Amino acid sequence: MIKPMPVDNTDPAVFVARGLTKVYRMGEVEVQALRGIDLTLNRGELVVLLGPSGSGKSTLLNILGGLDAPSGGEVYYLDHKLTGASEAELTRFRREHVGFVFQFYNLIPSLTARENVAAVTEIAASPMRPEDALALVGLGNRLDHFPAQLSGGEQQRVAIARAVAKNPAVLLCDEPTGALDSATGVVVLEVLEKVNRELGTLTVLITHNAGIADMADRVIRLSDGRIADIHANAVKKRASELSW
Amino acid sequence: MKALDRKLFRDLWHLRGQVLAIAAVIMGGVATMVMSLSTYDSLVTTRDRFYGEYRFADVFESLKRAPEPVAERLAAIPGVEQLETRVKAGVKLEVEGFSDPITGQLLSLPDVGEARLNRLHMKRGRTVQPWSTDEVVLSDTFADAHGFQPGDRLAAIINGKRKQLTVVGVAVSPEYVYQIAPGSMLPDLKRYGVLWMGRSALAAAYDMEGAFNEVSLTLARDANEQDVIVGVDAVLATYGGTGAYGREDQFSNRFLSEELKQLQTMATVFPAIFLGVAAFLLNIVLSRLIALQRDQIAILKAFGYSYAAIGAHYVKLVLLMAVLGVAAGLALGAWFGQGLSHVYTETTFRFPYLDYQLRPGIVLIAFGVGAVAAVSGTLLSVVRAVRLPPAEGMRPDMPVIYRTSLVERLGLQRWFAAPTRMVLRHIGRHPLKSMLTVLGIACACGLMMVGNYQKGAIDFMVDVQFRQASREDLGLTFIEPTSGRALHELAALPGVDHVEGFRDVPAILRFGQYRHRAAIFGIQPEGQLHRSLDRSLQPVAVPPGGVVLTDHLANEILHVKPGDLLTVEVLEGSRPVRQVPVLGITKQYLGVSAYMQQDSLNALMREGGTVSGAYLAVQPGSETELYARLHERPRVLGMVANQAAIQSFYATIGEFILFYNLVATVLAGAIGFGVVYNSARISLSERGRELASLRVLGFTRGEIAYILLGELALLTLAAIPVGFVVGIGLVGILVVAFQSELYRLPLILTPENYAMGASVVIVSALLSGLLLWRRLGRLDLVAVLKTRE
Repeated sequence: MIKPMPVDNTDPAVFVARGLTKVYRMGEVEVQALRGIDLTLNRGELVVLLGPSGSGKSTLLNILGGLDAPSGGEVYYLDHKLTGASEAELTRFRREHVGFVFQFYNLIPSLTARENVAAVTEIAASPMRPEDALALVGLGNRLDHFPAQLSGGEQQRVAIARAVAKNPAVLLCDEPTGALDSATGVVVLEVLEKVNRELGTLTVLITHNAGIADMADRVIRLSDGRIADIHANAVKKRASELSW
Repeated sequence: MKALDRKLFRDLWHLRGQVLAIAAVIMGGVATMVMSLSTYDSLVTTRDRFYGEYRFADVFESLKRAPEPVAERLAAIPGVEQLETRVKAGVKLEVEGFSDPITGQLLSLPDVGEARLNRLHMKRGRTVQPWSTDEVVLSDTFADAHGFQPGDRLAAIINGKRKQLTVVGVAVSPEYVYQIAPGSMLPDLKRYGVLWMGRSALAAAYDMEGAFNEVSLTLARDANEQDVIVGVDAVLATYGGTGAYGREDQFSNRFLSEELKQLQTMATVFPAIFLGVAAFLLNIVLSRLIALQRDQIAILKAFGYSYAAIGAHYVKLVLLMAVLGVAAGLALGAWFGQGLSHVYTETTFRFPYLDYQLRPGIVLIAFGVGAVAAVSGTLLSVVRAVRLPPAEGMRPDMPVIYRTSLVERLGLQRWFAAPTRMVLRHIGRHPLKSMLTVLGIACACGLMMVGNYQKGAIDFMVDVQFRQASREDLGLTFIEPTSGRALHELAALPGVDHVEGFRDVPAILRFGQYRHRAAIFGIQPEGQLHRSLDRSLQPVAVPPGGVVLTDHLANEILHVKPGDLLTVEVLEGSRPVRQVPVLGITKQYLGVSAYMQQDSLNALMREGGTVSGAYLAVQPGSETELYARLHERPRVLGMVANQAAIQSFYATIGEFILFYNLVATVLAGAIGFGVVYNSARISLSERGRELASLRVLGFTRGEIAYILLGELALLTLAAIPVGFVVGIGLVGILVVAFQSELYRLPLILTPENYAMGASVVIVSALLSGLLLWRRLGRLDLVAVLKTRE
């Protein structure tokens, strides 16, 4: 069983991955998505995973989030091993510790903004109120709108509210601005920055857009299933200063 | 309310068209079951209550004549609880303004007080007054057929003497719930009636003063029916008794139980077919519907919802649809059931009242079957979707590997434009899905054929019976067996084309432990009017020296084959017991019979050329005069006019079956539409994005409609011949299940059956196509560009 992070833990590492590999069978083709990843992610960090499409970023993120299992190697969340965990344990892990934001929002079309958030808070241990989560992303006035009545940026902010409302230890965002224009994208990034700053949530953000990398504490560059390089930004830019 | 439950109701609302169509499918199955089973239960309950309240007797015997004191000896037989003697007379009736021959059965009522057994339920008027001389009570079927009211008059020819009678009441009797003239195969309400009058008056007219010729009795608890029958037989043998019999052989009760057995079969087989097909269709439809929710299932998983919670969510979704359908089916079924029960009691079985019953068990079965069908259809899809890693679930489906279709590989592709190729490849790429769709639509088609099959079958049955086998226009029965010379007199009557005598002898046929109480018919070997038919329905001569049996009687009742020796216990005259070889099997759909050559039967009875009656061919137009002349002949007792019997059959049993067929057809239509619409609608959901993309590329609405509806059309057309095969199979099940002494349905499907089956599918497909065409106009093209895929 994966337990919540003990408060007196002085080790800052949240995720530790060793020698991760992943092979997909896509129809008749075998795709080597990850070819040996070693990685440590720390508490409170904002990390950007950068790489072209097909570099393995999404696969890595999905494995960290317990959505997918690696073909080889090990992943630890705090002192718990995710690799080899049962489906029920992974479900529990996602429910209690992970918030996801997807490129295409993946809201449930038949539920309003508030209800989309509530769908998560109802099964979480110590969630925020859905209204507070939506206020945090600046949508306090659009609680009862259905996804189809919201713009793309608004939908993505609902998705972020939905992800953070459970007070997760880690927020995993897969191309959160990928489907948005740059101005809207900046608004979404500001929200993520705010969540990272105010709630101290480890935030991992996938993008193929190098311009976004400047807001990160650390930038991890992936290429062809391997880590090409990792560098820490000496000076973080504010999301509002970004453009692409 | 939980967010997930809200999603549930919103989804239901969003899918309302499909929800209704799915509910219609379940409703069709459930309504058929509820209607049939509740009708059966109601009739059984009503029968039992009626028999009990009106003291229907357990054992009966007719005899020539016994002095009243013999009754005391009968009452002393161990096991007899209550006993009543009666006078019973076969009469001819005269109704003003109706010239057709009418046969009547006149029964005595005690002069004072109520009958002990077989009491009458008065529907109108009153019973006869003590010691009245001319008052009669009429059976309600006969009274209703002629519009008799208390105070009306009619005449009866009793024992050759004409007697004016006054109707004082109309009644129903447990003995005559099903009224059919002896020797007739079909009920004829206008030409056969039962009447009751005071005993002393009837005895005076029938020379039965101080005597009786009919006895009925009830059994004490723990009494052995067979022992009592043997005891009664022993006492009455010297008084011309024709063999005591139990309820099992009582005419009305036998028909009633056969008919109820038939109804029970119908109530089991029909709903089993309907519900089975509905469950299968539901399964297909729901599994595709859930498969469409694949990405939402993946999101719920990513949130950390457990398998069980997600499964429960979808199970709830389909259960709500199922409950909707079951509830509608229950309501509709109960309504139809009441209607059907009433049709039954008004046309076929005369019960004084009807206890309509809808057992809670039936309701539970309905909900159970609906739930199991819905949930089993869903679970597989949910499990499949839940098992998928969430990351994969949210990713669009891998492009499946298409290949060129067989038609194209044959080198015919130049005949097809790209859209046609898309249709062919799509069908070829999903062979299982395409097959299930075809099978689903085929089931709807087959169901429709089952729904309206009986009408054609009955027409065929009547045609075989009355145009091949019993071709006479008129059947006459003499008051007692008579010399063959009487036939010459009949032949000389005006309007008579042809006369054939027959001899019928009531008898019990035995073979091993099997027995059957019936009559042996002695007919003319080279007869033109009354013939026996071989397996291919060609007339064959009955060979001399033995019996030929109806296939059902030989195979299912007596278990004999040609060459076996049958024991015949004659129930007439000196009641001889003889061994008779079975010489052949004859094909007959209606009733069961045992035939011999008349000469052989006469020899068996050790009598000369005696006949019991005659079959007549009559020149059209001469009926009225002929009836009048026959009426004057005191020795001619009963007359059955075939044409009239057929007409009244269609007005009675026919009406009931047509009602049932109408309902079954409507329900099969509902199921058919539900299936076709859902198949089409789900195809649109599955391919909406693809079609919208094509629109973006510049395809017209007509062109994408061609791709979607072309597939539907192709699958529908493929389903029709398969549906015919399914229909034949289902009808085959029905034919096997429906074999009874009353009738055996022939496996006959008329062109109309096929046409109905095909048209329900085609009309449903056209309607669905129209609805889809409207939806195709509303495809969101921009959404396609914005979102993934």
